[in-house]
Amino acid sequence: MSTVTMIYAGMFYIATLLLVVGLGYKIFDYSRTPAPLKIPTTPAPTTQKGVVYRMAKEVVLFESLFKSNKWIWVFGWLFHFGLFLVLARHLRYFTEPVWFWVVIVQPFGKYASIMMVAGLAGLLARRFLVDRVRYISTPSDYLMLVLLIAIGLSGMLMTFVAHTDIVALKSFFMGLMYLDLKPIPQDPILLVHLALVALLMVIFPISKLLHAPGVFFSPTRNQVDNPREHRHVAAWAARLDQNN
Amino acid sequence: MAAAEFDIPEIKDDIEIPRLREGVMSHVKTFPASKPIQEFLGYPGELGEDWKERAIDKMGDLLGKYRSLKVFLDACVHCGACTDKCHYYLGTSDPKNMPVARQDLMRQVYRRYFTTAGKLFPKLVGAKDLTKEVLDDWYSYYYQCSECRRCSVYCPYGIDTAEITMAGREILNHVGMGQKYSNEILGKVQKIGNNLGLPGPALGDTLEGLEEDIEADTGVAVKMPLDVKGAEVLLITPSADFFSEPHVESLIGYAKVFHAAGISWTLSSHASEAGNFGLFDANYDVMRKVAMRIRDAALELGVKRIVVGECGHAWRVAYSFWNTLTGIGYGGNDPFSIELQKQLDPTYPQPQHICELTNDLVKSGKIKVDPSANDDLVVTYHDSCNVARASRMGTEPGGQFTIPRELIKSVVNNFHNMADDTIYEATFCCGGGGGLLTDDLMEVRVKGALPRATALNNVVKEHQVNFMATICAICKAQFTKVLPKYGFDMGMVGGVHQLVSKAIKLD
Repeated sequence: MSTVTMIYAGMFYIATLLLVVGLGYKIFDYSRTPAPLKIPTTPAPTTQKGVVYRMAKEVVLFESLFKSNKWIWVFGWLFHFGLFLVLARHLRYFTEPVWFWVVIVQPFGKYASIMMVAGLAGLLARRFLVDRVRYISTPSDYLMLVLLIAIGLSGMLMTFVAHTDIVALKSFFMGLMYLDLKPIPQDPILLVHLALVALLMVIFPISKLLHAPGVFFSPTRNQVDNPREHRHVAAWAARLDQNN
Repeated sequence: MAAAEFDIPEIKDDIEIPRLREGVMSHVKTFPASKPIQEFLGYPGELGEDWKERAIDKMGDLLGKYRSLKVFLDACVHCGACTDKCHYYLGTSDPKNMPVARQDLMRQVYRRYFTTAGKLFPKLVGAKDLTKEVLDDWYSYYYQCSECRRCSVYCPYGIDTAEITMAGREILNHVGMGQKYSNEILGKVQKIGNNLGLPGPALGDTLEGLEEDIEADTGVAVKMPLDVKGAEVLLITPSADFFSEPHVESLIGYAKVFHAAGISWTLSSHASEAGNFGLFDANYDVMRKVAMRIRDAALELGVKRIVVGECGHAWRVAYSFWNTLTGIGYGGNDPFSIELQKQLDPTYPQPQHICELTNDLVKSGKIKVDPSANDDLVVTYHDSCNVARASRMGTEPGGQFTIPRELIKSVVNNFHNMADDTIYEATFCCGGGGGLLTDDLMEVRVKGALPRATALNNVVKEHQVNFMATICAICKAQFTKVLPKYGFDMGMVGGVHQLVSKAIKLD
């Protein structure tokens, strides 16, 4: 087994571990932290079903962002929906036989990479062009976009320009999953692409990418508007009642 | 210590997004609370040697108690959606008044002390040490936020800057940097029973005077009962209603509604205040103590219903928090809640907003109104932020918008809404909410009112609107003081029940 294969295998095991443990800890931490008061941004749904619908609109369509700013919405939605299709397409490297719907999604996933990179480019341009957004941007805000664009472009290069050996690549990842190491194709574009993905996985749980799990825990969006009908008390606050 | 002179912004045809001008509002410092006030509330009297440790400790404490704070500090991606949504940014063009930048004042410290990335690579992720300079920025800019939640409507993750501002102020309190205005009020309401510090006997005299005025005016003996045991309704209203103009006109309106409907009611001298400034920082305990006076009064007087007068943040606390804090509401199955629930009349929502009560009475024909009594007026309605974005009326989402408008339209013939992007959930704060209604913040208040003044100006020009109704004591006080600076007549602002008062038939 080559050194490169050993390095990449080790890298992906560590990156996956950090991603799963880091994200798992964050989700555990959010869920154990109480929300002592009812603070949904109103008008809000009065039933749990309504909350699921509100949240679905938020996560799938970015409803609040649509209300707010059409440019950010267009670029943000292109990027996220493109990324979703691209990720779905990538499942073919991790499943054997490839799932039916993953087969269907292949051509869409291919061109979705253009949506994804176009959206990211738009978001990056806003960071330079809009004075208010420039003011709030930190170096990591720019670098995060650059990282995602680099992942997208290196992937597109392999899809549209210089194909890599995807059969060997699949055997490498299947080998990782079943603890049966297989050689990684030593294509420089692929190696760059994979290294950047591993980096993204590592920084996910310690960066603003936490907006992904965070949105589901946002009390202004996930609470039911029923405070007159249901008494809502956090454990630490309930103790105060007993002193009366 | 007179407040600095400043230019009044010019009203344009539309609400414009200004180019940012850094630091133009950094000179604003609300007056600090004195040592005795701070100590009464259990905070240090002044900034001590160990302020930094205290601040970080308190931040850690709040992060463990409030999921909102923890999630909101993590989730922001700096997308910029909120940057043009705050009335204080629109009115001042200071970038630290953009919601995300206001949050970042705390987020930079959070990242430095509580996150891996900020501990390892502070520059990269915009993390900063907590210095006196940063603390001073907090004191400036957390008192340039009215906690109106407009930004939370537009944030893709629902990040509510109000939650961050509240936490920021609470940390400031804990290091000895409290605000004079809010903390003095929190002292008065706990010692005397209302924010204005009006003692029981004085309140009784005031109410008697008002009864005489109404009788002289209408020929009908409308009563303003105080501390009447066994009354059906306990009315909890902001103390400004007792003698501020135009607030008192709405109080007269409530009294006439109860009289015309034949509902026995009472005010309480123990709980003569709907307002709860405990909302404005993240001190659950203080907010609970202030709210508890109302529970105590309800139990003492044996009332069956609790109704809340025209006050924005008070309605937020009443509607959203009273059940949690004091058991005023339904659904509790613990002894504390049950004690009050078995006394309350389950056929009514508890607490109930005065607009819900009056609108139901008008619709069911139990009280009669003559809208032509208001034919001298062309009316618009200002949705108060806490009512609009932090509460509800009626049974349907959005009832907080439709019920006051239904009620207004039943008592006036001429009504026009302001522009769509300035009402309902998109409403602009009056500029004086969230503990900013003090003369030492006049510059912030005047500039923050610019978006609302612009929207109002447009309906004045198009529809000759000459009255803006609202259901918030702070909005009323703020507008009567600030709108004249933009050339409007202070008399054009008043309560919804001020309109009801004119139109209601008493015999």
